[in-house]
Amino acid sequence: MMESDINWNSIYEILTGPALWFTFIFFVGGLLIRLAFLFRLSRKKDRVIYNHFSLAWGLRSIFQWMIPWASASMRQQPVFSIVAFIFHLSLLAVPLFLSAHIVLWEEAFGVRLWSMPDGLSDGLTLIFIAAALFLIARRRIRPEVRILTSAWDYALLGITMLPFITGFLAYHQWGPYEVLLILHILFSQILLILIPTTKLGHMVLFFLTRAFIGFEMGGRRGARSW
Amino acid sequence: MTSPTKKKFEFENNTDAPVDVDRVRAILNANDGARIRTWLSICSRCGLCAESCFVYVANDRDPRLSPAYKFSHTLGEMYRRKGKVDRAFLEKCYQIAWLQCTMCKRCSMYCPFGIDVATMIAVARSVCHSQGITPKQLAFFSDHCDKTGNHMGIPVEELVDTCEWMVEEVEDDYEGVTIPIDQPDAKYMYTVNPREPVYYPQDISYAAIIFAAAKESWTMPTFGWDCTNLPMFAGNRTLAGKQVKNVYDKAQELKAQHILITECGHAYRSMAFEGPYMAGYPDGKPPVKIKHYVQLLHEYLRDGRIQIDSDKKIKEPITYQDPCNVSRNGGLWEQARKIIPYIAEDFRDMAPNREHNHCCGGGGGIMPMGPDYKPYRMASGKLKADQIKATGAKFVITPCHNCFDQINDLSEEYDLGVKALSFKEIIVEAMIVPDHLKLECEK
Repeated sequence: MMESDINWNSIYEILTGPALWFTFIFFVGGLLIRLAFLFRLSRKKDRVIYNHFSLAWGLRSIFQWMIPWASASMRQQPVFSIVAFIFHLSLLAVPLFLSAHIVLWEEAFGVRLWSMPDGLSDGLTLIFIAAALFLIARRRIRPEVRILTSAWDYALLGITMLPFITGFLAYHQWGPYEVLLILHILFSQILLILIPTTKLGHMVLFFLTRAFIGFEMGGRRGARSW
Repeated sequence: MTSPTKKKFEFENNTDAPVDVDRVRAILNANDGARIRTWLSICSRCGLCAESCFVYVANDRDPRLSPAYKFSHTLGEMYRRKGKVDRAFLEKCYQIAWLQCTMCKRCSMYCPFGIDVATMIAVARSVCHSQGITPKQLAFFSDHCDKTGNHMGIPVEELVDTCEWMVEEVEDDYEGVTIPIDQPDAKYMYTVNPREPVYYPQDISYAAIIFAAAKESWTMPTFGWDCTNLPMFAGNRTLAGKQVKNVYDKAQELKAQHILITECGHAYRSMAFEGPYMAGYPDGKPPVKIKHYVQLLHEYLRDGRIQIDSDKKIKEPITYQDPCNVSRNGGLWEQARKIIPYIAEDFRDMAPNREHNHCCGGGGGIMPMGPDYKPYRMASGKLKADQIKATGAKFVITPCHNCFDQINDLSEEYDLGVKALSFKEIIVEAMIVPDHLKLECEK
């Protein structure tokens, strides 16, 4: 049989061994390098950040944009903003707290996180996929978003969905389990590697740009940027 | 935006000379800081900014008018092409940067990442300007700034004559109104928009009457009196820096405690917020305190230095146009709203208002660009016209010269039946003339 020619076990070993460590180091290191680079650059060229820095306004600005509908802009498009909120929430919560992952975290880092009931993570996965499909549809339908959207934007949304789709199928054992599991790990690693190098860097950079506009508009002028 | 005029735009320099790529690159490199890099790299193209932009909303929600589209197709493209741009591209940038964006900064409050589009459009303007692609009128005014320190090119003698003439004009109505010229150690060095001495000299006399009524220590300088900054709108950053420095230096020379800005929006933003950077002050703070006339009037009324005759309050419904650069970009929306109850009985606020106000459509330099661009102003100003109409107001108070003219134009274009008013003229009309200003015969 063809299938027996591929040694799934050794691929699994590589993916969960050296490849996984490479991914984590690239993910964390890449983000740190990007931050360090921006920090150095900002010291040279963005005095405005340091001249008007205000922690209080920066934190307010971040906080107001992390609560659904807390900003005037989110209230203007309530459906999109709640879907985007759920999208991000499940994108972070499911991989971190999935019971099957909890074991892996403990093995690798020796920390035991709260474990999410399987029913909840299953539901959140479906909700995540639905939210992602909504975001894709919105990009197609709304002219002002469609004109901005490039193939790469769709690709990134697709890559973000793949670990969830493959993980969901593998969990329910719908399809070839070994293949799905390996694809799940592979896609997750691709996603983590893309975060420091693409617009997905907003995972951390969001907090910086949000804080900046918070004190630029608020600290300097008293205008609330939310 | 459908272009109302098909003719070629009038640039400062209509040549077919190739673009000086090195110069473009130098500007791009100088601005390639952590903020612009981050903004350009993380914009997720969510399109939330579109609905915040009055140009987009007023022009049938043309998707090419969203802020994200506009910065991506100007500055974003310049960086993507590493400065290798041609004239045809810069002419497209010209349309976006000057006709479709007034740098009102509203979108930066509506972007989830707080991307400051106005700052990026300003850089795009600088790049265009470096290649002579600048609105002809703004280049013309900038030239005046360079040669005379004020954008109308008014000689010193003419300014002094106007001040003397204004003092004479009010002599028949008030006692002891003066315009001190170049007086050292004054509390306020009063700076104006050159439109005032040229078209609205009575604005200067209103200010003089108010100062006299409040027994204020003030002076009018003979240089550095133009607080506006049209080179800033022209994309001429060097000259914009010189323009603010003229004012800062004069205030320091005269040892004035404050630089006082007339009822003008961009002048306040330029002098108080962006000027220090343009003039090269590393700490980003102006060397002399900056005060807007709205702040001054609010203090005078609050402290009882100016008293209002309640019979002379405006009875008709009025509304207030928040100038972007006084409210959102200046933080003075509450001071203005505290003045209004003193002078008007039926105040009806627009929605949205305060820091969430919409630009009137006359900002960012498009007003002084001249009549050729009026169709653009009128198209984008539709949103403001609708807002004003919804209040049912008869008067629109606004402490900004650009808003003032734009609102009068909008009123005519959309048949709003409103008239723009400045605070100064209302205060002078409605105040109780204090004894020390009364003529001998009236006492």
